[in-house]
Amino acid sequence: MIEMRDITKVYPNGVRANREVSFEIKAGEIHALVGENGAGKSTLMKILYGVERPSAGQIYLKGKPVRINTEHEAIALGIGMVFQSFMLVPSFTIAQNVVLGNEPVHGALLDNRAAINATSELAKQYGLVVDPSAIVDSVPVGMRQRVEILKALYRGADVLILDEPTAVLTPQETRELFAAIRQLVKTGKTVIFISHKLREVMEISNRVSVMRDGQMVGTVDTKDATETSLARMMVGREVFQQYDKPPVNRGAAVLQARDLEYVNEAGRQVLRGVSFNAYAGEILGIAGVEGNGQTELVEVLTGLRVAVGGTIKLGDSDITSRSAREVRQAGVAHIPEDRLNNGVALTASIEENLIVDRYSKPPFSRAGFTSLAAMVKNGETMIEQYAIRAPDGALPVGSLSGGNMQKVVVARELSANPQLLIAAQPTRGVDIGATEFMHQQLIQQRTNGVAVLLISADLAEVMALSDRLAVMHNGQIVAIFPDARGLSEEEVGLYMLGVQLQTQAEIEKNW
Amino acid sequence: MESVLQVIFSAVFVSTILRVSTPLILPALGGLIAELGGVPNIALEGMMLTAACAGVLVSAYTQSEWLGLLAGVLLAEIMALILGFFHLNLKADIILVGLALNILASGATIFVVYLLTGDKGSSSKLVSLQMPTVDIPFIKDIPVLGEILSGQNLLTYVAFIATGLVWLFLYRTRPGIHVRAVGENPDAARSVGINVTAMRYLALLMSGFLAALGGIHLSMGYVKFFQRDMTAGRGFIALAAVYLGAKHPVGTLIAAVVFGAADALSIQLGNLKIPSQLVQMIPYVVTVASLILYAVVRKRQAAARQRKFQQASL
Repeated sequence: MIEMRDITKVYPNGVRANREVSFEIKAGEIHALVGENGAGKSTLMKILYGVERPSAGQIYLKGKPVRINTEHEAIALGIGMVFQSFMLVPSFTIAQNVVLGNEPVHGALLDNRAAINATSELAKQYGLVVDPSAIVDSVPVGMRQRVEILKALYRGADVLILDEPTAVLTPQETRELFAAIRQLVKTGKTVIFISHKLREVMEISNRVSVMRDGQMVGTVDTKDATETSLARMMVGREVFQQYDKPPVNRGAAVLQARDLEYVNEAGRQVLRGVSFNAYAGEILGIAGVEGNGQTELVEVLTGLRVAVGGTIKLGDSDITSRSAREVRQAGVAHIPEDRLNNGVALTASIEENLIVDRYSKPPFSRAGFTSLAAMVKNGETMIEQYAIRAPDGALPVGSLSGGNMQKVVVARELSANPQLLIAAQPTRGVDIGATEFMHQQLIQQRTNGVAVLLISADLAEVMALSDRLAVMHNGQIVAIFPDARGLSEEEVGLYMLGVQLQTQAEIEKNW
Repeated sequence: MESVLQVIFSAVFVSTILRVSTPLILPALGGLIAELGGVPNIALEGMMLTAACAGVLVSAYTQSEWLGLLAGVLLAEIMALILGFFHLNLKADIILVGLALNILASGATIFVVYLLTGDKGSSSKLVSLQMPTVDIPFIKDIPVLGEILSGQNLLTYVAFIATGLVWLFLYRTRPGIHVRAVGENPDAARSVGINVTAMRYLALLMSGFLAALGGIHLSMGYVKFFQRDMTAGRGFIALAAVYLGAKHPVGTLIAAVVFGAADALSIQLGNLKIPSQLVQMIPYVVTVASLILYAVVRKRQAAARQRKFQQASL
């Protein structure tokens, strides 16, 4: 029905998200598209939906070559897509959202009854249970997702692309969604299901295509595949260089996290009893597919979010529910994953960014005024020490490249002389040179006796740096390996994807 | 004290409320449409002032109140287009552009009045016209009620009718619902093919139109002259009414009338032996106080919702 042939996508910044990817969908099937974060699944689907344009390659619809330049063209061709972040107007009713842009009218006025009828008819036809007159803001996430699907159907979609639809759902809602997907296919629709949850893929799909590093690894019939065989296809890639690390000289437990629970704004439980220790002089890596609670874990540990349960101890003091400032003052440094929003103030200068956590203390504060001389001098020292490539410390941080921006963050965090360093995705969007530098710094800190907690979705990175390795899946620590050396990526990959789990006793032994 | 109560419980007072609420209700409705469209219109004040001035001048020279009204509306719409062009096309901050337009209006109106009359304070040398008053048959003969409801300026009736029309527009017409969609989630609106920029221009133009009517009422309603800065912050109080009215037409109307009542009170008490400066503060104090009250209530509600949410999720 749809064939994408030799699709290549190179972004202006040089990232090659898709390399000669060919992908074929048959009418009436549920086709799963799997791969790790950054494998290029979303890019490929955005090309099909007209959000991105391919650098090379051709799309065929029912054998005819087509060009899809905008979402509207995709919709006109009968292709609809439901994104992870919903495109709904919260204060409108479900029916109003479904018909938005295409409202039935009665004379000059809106025909709300017709909108409600159209919505409930579609809902009934495809088994997507919604309350048409409910306000979107007041309904659960699962129903909002059904509204998005109804929106696409209302516009005449024959092919529905669902981008990680279960990521935001509870198990109950996931079951309902799967029932709806089966119903859709029964009525002649075709569904493309993007996911990295293999259990779900095995359950719902007819065929599976696996992507890795921007390339299509292959397409198999689901009945011929197993979770393990798919996991093998997903992971496995070039290895990071091994670092020469001095032997571990493990000290006391600096951080003790116990039974951390967190429920997000959407009411979903994203941390389910996370417990572990981080020791002085050791790098504890936390591996995991993104979106399994790592982000929330880091933000709970650093005081940016408040856990709904559990305790966090730093040394002997309890830092549970403390503010970010108090946590920092207790000796925790944080290299945040969202550098642009949480790591730096883009319009402030490099010098200013380097003292944002210490401007109120001497030598930067004198009688309540900031000493510009001290700030400039500190900036010069740091720029040299951390090899930040910038002509002048007075430049806004926003003018730096990703790698140098990250060096500013690292310079500030490391120079605070922390007991515990939490580095979340420290090398994301950073060039190779800066990545190497970052890695050396982390090892240096660990060797100097700092407890380092490294969270990365890049399996090769965590495996290359960690002394001890924990794996997170679905808001839980599913495995802790006391020695990261000698583990294979495939082995860790099975835990990351939830195919294998360690027992509670095995995990606790290595806390 | 007794005299204060006598003032409040008189038909004249209620009638005054309706009159002085008019130049708050109209711009507040305009502010509401712009706010819901995601283009908060800070320039209501300047648009009102410009329309008030243009109306007086054009009606004085043409001796037609209708041409005066038309001129006022046209100039306010030009300001709305300028605001839209800078914000929507050139991506300037809408608050800054609005602020600039207000300052421009304040200076330009005085300048033009001075050029034409040689007077920097007001247009009192010119003979300008008024918008007609309307006597409602039957109702005007009913005691008290007739005194209140009948004989008001045309624009006062327009203000109340406009509230209903604005509601109808925002909730029951296609462009209205598109304006609201664009204001609340522009990405969602864009993804279903709604032209976000066009809808925002529409919101600003409607906002300018309503602000102009409010301005015209100030200089051609009860009085018939233009005075420098005669809007006296009404454009901003109108914005406060939008928020206090929970961004709904009826709520906005009620809030505007509450502010109008405070205004009327200050006018009526001006006849008593209370320092006038104190009395003139009333509308502004009421505005600030009600906004604080509103913020406190909203915060409580949000906290209650969050508690409910967390309990439900555990």
